[in-house]
Formats: sequence, C-alpha cells, structure tokens
Amino acid sequence: MTFFDQWQRHDFGETAAKIGAKSAADVRRALGRVGRGLDMEDFAALLSPAAAPFLEEMAQLSHRLTVERFGRTMQLYAPMYLTNTCANICTYCGFSAQNRIRRKVLNDFEIRAEAGAIAANGFEHVLLVSGEAPGYATDYFANALRILRNRFSSLSLEVQPLEIRDYEALMAEGLNTVLVYQETYDAVAYARHHLSGPKADIRYRLETPDRLGRAGLKKIGLGALYGLSDWRADAWFTGMHLRYMERTHWRARYSVSFPRLRPHEGGDIGVTPFDERDLTQAVCALRLLSQEVELSLSTRERAGFRDAAFRLGFTSMSAGSKTNPGGYSSAPESLEQFSVDDDRAPAEVAAMLAGAGYEPVWKDWDPTYDGFAAKAKAAAEATLASVR
Amino acid sequence: MKTNGLVIDGVTLNSRLFLGTGKYSSGEVMRESLAASGTEMVTVALRRVHTDGRDDAILDHLDTGRYRLLPNTSGVRDAREAVLAAELAREALETNWLKLEIHPDPKYLMPDPGETLAATRELVKRGFVVLPYVHADPVLCRQLEEAGAAAVMPLGAPIGSNRGLESRAFLEIIIAQAGVPVVVDAGLGAPSHAAEALELGADAVLVNTAIATASDPVAMGHAFRLAVEAGRLAWESGAAPKDSRLGAAATSPLTEFLTRQ
Repeated sequence: MTFFDQWQRHDFGETAAKIGAKSAADVRRALGRVGRGLDMEDFAALLSPAAAPFLEEMAQLSHRLTVERFGRTMQLYAPMYLTNTCANICTYCGFSAQNRIRRKVLNDFEIRAEAGAIAANGFEHVLLVSGEAPGYATDYFANALRILRNRFSSLSLEVQPLEIRDYEALMAEGLNTVLVYQETYDAVAYARHHLSGPKADIRYRLETPDRLGRAGLKKIGLGALYGLSDWRADAWFTGMHLRYMERTHWRARYSVSFPRLRPHEGGDIGVTPFDERDLTQAVCALRLLSQEVELSLSTRERAGFRDAAFRLGFTSMSAGSKTNPGGYSSAPESLEQFSVDDDRAPAEVAAMLAGAGYEPVWKDWDPTYDGFAAKAKAAAEATLASVR
Repeated sequence: MKTNGLVIDGVTLNSRLFLGTGKYSSGEVMRESLAASGTEMVTVALRRVHTDGRDDAILDHLDTGRYRLLPNTSGVRDAREAVLAAELAREALETNWLKLEIHPDPKYLMPDPGETLAATRELVKRGFVVLPYVHADPVLCRQLEEAGAAAVMPLGAPIGSNRGLESRAFLEIIIAQAGVPVVVDAGLGAPSHAAEALELGADAVLVNTAIATASDPVAMGHAFRLAVEAGRLAWESGAAPKDSRLGAAATSPLTEFLTRQ
C-alpha cells in the first residue's frame, strides 16, 4: 500500500466539484473545529469559494497556531542549483530538454565557489537543486554532499525521484531532507504538461514520498505547482498527501511549499488562475489542517507580498535566491529555471523580519544529528592550534 | 520571604523557574524576558546554536555568569544520536549538564521512554549530569533515578500545548516517590499552572512557549516568577492538599466508635 492507492480512490474532477459545492455553513463548521482536528471535508470547505468571506478569520487563526508552535521566528535558507541539464520535456520549466539554453553541470571547484558565496550571506541551510540529467544522479549528489557537509548545518535535496537505496546512500553522506513536488495531482493535466522523459511516470512520482519515508529521511517536502490545474483540488490533494504521510511515516517532519508558475525560457502555456488571494487561502487552510507542518515561502513571490504574508503561517523563507547553476559566484542569469521576483539581499530580508518582530533563524540543525561531528571537531582543532 | 534553594547535583539554584530560549522574536526580547523571570537555568537547543565559537543569535544574548546553560538534544531521534549531540554540547558549551530529550515523533514531540533510559545510562557513565524529559510515568522516573539521572523532567501536557497539568495524577505519584528533584516540563500555559505544580510539590518548572509567545514576554516572565515563588512558598508553608485521599479529615466518622466507651 502506498499513497498511489489512496490517490486512485479520489477523482480529481469530482474533488474539484465537491470543493466548489461547499457552503458558508460548512466553512463555519470547519472553523469551529480548528484546534480539535479538522477532517478532509472541513479542509475542502476552507479551500472553497465559500470561504472567501472568512479569509481574515482564517488568517488570524493560522497566525495564532503558527506562533504557538514555531514562535515569532523565520528560518532562512538558500537554494543551490547544481545542474540545469534535464532529460524531461515539461511545458512549464526553463530546464526542459527541448529548450535551447546553455547547459551547465557544476564541478567540484564551482560547487565550492557557490558554497563560499552562499555562506558569506550567512546561510546555514542549503537546498541543492538539479535537473534530471542522465549520469548526474546519486554518485554526483553524494559527491556534492561530501564537499558541502562540513560547511553548512543542514543540506536538503530537490532533485529527480530516486530509489530507496539511493536515498539511504545519500543519507550516509549527510543528507537529511528531500523535497519532491508532485506538480499536479490531476492525472490529465500531469500528462499534458510532462510530455516525455522519466518524469512522465506519475505513479513513480506519487510514490516518491513513500520511498523517502521508508528510507528514513528526517524531513520530507511536499507540494503542488499552482497554475497547472484547479488550485483548490491540488491544494486538497496536497493536504491529503500530508495527512497520509504524517500517519504512515510518522518519524519524519514535513514541509509544504506553494510554488506558482512563473515566466521562464521557452514556454508559453495556458496557466490556470492562482492569485495572491488564492495563495493566502491555500496557506491558511493548510495551517489549520496541520499545526505542525512547516510551510515555505519562495522568492518567486514579490517582496511586497512576502513582507505582508510571511506571518500568516509560513515558517521558512528563501532569500537572495539564484535559480541557475553557478548563479551566486559567476554564471549569467540567462540559465535560470524561473525568474525571481524578490531579489533583495538576504540581509535585507532578515532586517525586514527583525523590523516586523520576527527572529530570522539561520541555524536550526546540526550536522551532529546526521552523524557528522566533523564541523565541531575541526573548530576545536583550530582553537587548539591557535592556543599553541 | 525567601524560599529554600533547589539543589541539583550539588549546585544550588535560587530560582525554581527554568526557561527555554526558543520562539522569541529577538535576542533582546529573550534577554529581557529571562532577566524579568529571575531564572538561573536556561535550556538551549544545540541545533540552534553555532558550536564553533562564532557570533550566535542566542548565545551572544546569554550572560553565562548569571545563567547556567542547560543544553538540550531537541531534534535527536534515538539514544545514539543523543549521545553524539551530548558530546558536542559538552565540548562546545563547556558544561556537562544536559537536558536529554529524544523524540522520534516530530509532530507531537512525544519522548521515547526506552531510548531515553538507554541514553541516560550511557551518558551518566560518560560523566554527564542528565536531566531527562519524559512522560509523567512513575515507573520510568524510578528507573531513570536508578540509572543516575540528576533530576527527572516529566511533562505536564503535550509540549507547546499550554494545557496545564493534565498529567496531574501521575505527577503526584512521581513527586511522592522521587529521590531526585522533579522538574515539570512542557505544557504549562499560564502562571497559575506553574503555581499549581509547585504547590503540588514539584521542585521546579520549565517554561518556554507561554512566555516567548506572549504579547509581552517580559511581563509574562515576571508573572511566572511571582507564580513560582508563590507556589513554592505555599508548598513550604504546608498547603492543604486538594485531594481528600491525601489528607486526614477533621472528623472521623468511621472510627469514632472506638473512642466512645
């Protein structure tokens, strides 16, 4: 049994229709149960058009639950793009195989240069991102982890789905978190947007979080890419996936992101609407479904939105992101996966948070927890050397 | 009026309020809040601090002349990880005191009793002063005491839940039989909860969420200080137990006949 079996029991179109039919009374019932456990019908009500007049109430509850659990803190992280080569053809992605862009795979020297630039901005949590390039999989990622694990407190991966044995091998190299976004839970839209390559296999992707749970990853990230299909239904399936994972693989922590389609190289596709108000509703609804899940806010969003929305339920933010391999230390921005809307420096974002009464948290993990005490050992040796 | 000090592993603490350092909106607010609470013991999550001596958002705001640091292992999932984390904490923060917390379940953060007992045995052997965070389980607390724990830290309610002494019936047993200090940790949401724990005979309480996430954390720190002092003073002055099973009734309806001759 995997999530695939549960997913098959719910038709995407019927789910969208069911959400659309929720009433104000359903929303009120759901809001009355916040804190005592919402069911999936409540969650549907909170995602429905009927919840629109209740958005302020949802936002206040979401803010309160988030502060109770996480305090007035915001964890900051940076993505590091390792490659932009990809075997998949996906309608919405700048890295898509048919796009005629210059391809780049970072070598050891370039990875170190990127690490230096990212560390200079104060980051301790780094998310490694890649396209799905044949020949650049587990061994390549393991090498990158070995280079980086003594420089940063926490290393995460957002790459193609892998096998359990691959995840186990990468955990042994210091990996603790893997993010794998479903893009859409709508099988029809999934087929329409993933034209060829390994990613076209929806079942393999749907079952990836199960493989991560079985491999024992400490944190697993879920999410849909909004704009590919009906956002309400995609958000509902994301919530169902989260609840399934929390119950089945209970030793892992979970995070959810809310990426929206952005302009990119080579693509001109019909995007289903998902505006900032919709995004706000999705975030608050998910927080009311799970008080414990970590929610991430990307630099895809504009600064004005991020500055106002971060307190609604988010617990982590990227800042100063470059979405192209080598972007921090050298390469031109023309290789990027998507364009970044908030291009403020990390220090500016941190200052904005502090000004709003939130502590920017740079470090919330330690390599010791992944079995690597080398960082502390190295520091201790350096101290001893200076004493001598 | 002054209450008696609390002694743990030969160290005397004049405040029976331990504080956490997470969830604060800034290092400055944390520092002021700690000062207002009168605490002498603060717990610090190893995962949040730089262990290589660099500038640190938490440590830079802690006056170690004033506060004893109690590193905690929040984030570890088993005894093996806990021992690694403890060794790093001892090396980096220069204390052998440790709040041992092991939760394999990151959603509700429930402590793992088996792993906690195993880790306590190992850490005591390695020379740590171990304060384990556990369920309000009287048998487990006895076993931890036998394993050499310097104190036990049973939870009042799920961590961060602000629900108060939901485990009260079990805390009473733990307090009645403990040979080491009992520090009620987790779930205390209001000063009255802290006062209740001290009135019950708990030796101290640990509070974080209720203070750090209050609208005015500094004032709330002070409120908890007053509550803890009041609760302890009540205990030392012989507060009457609420539960009639634990106290003698003024009249003796069942044995009166014995004196009626």
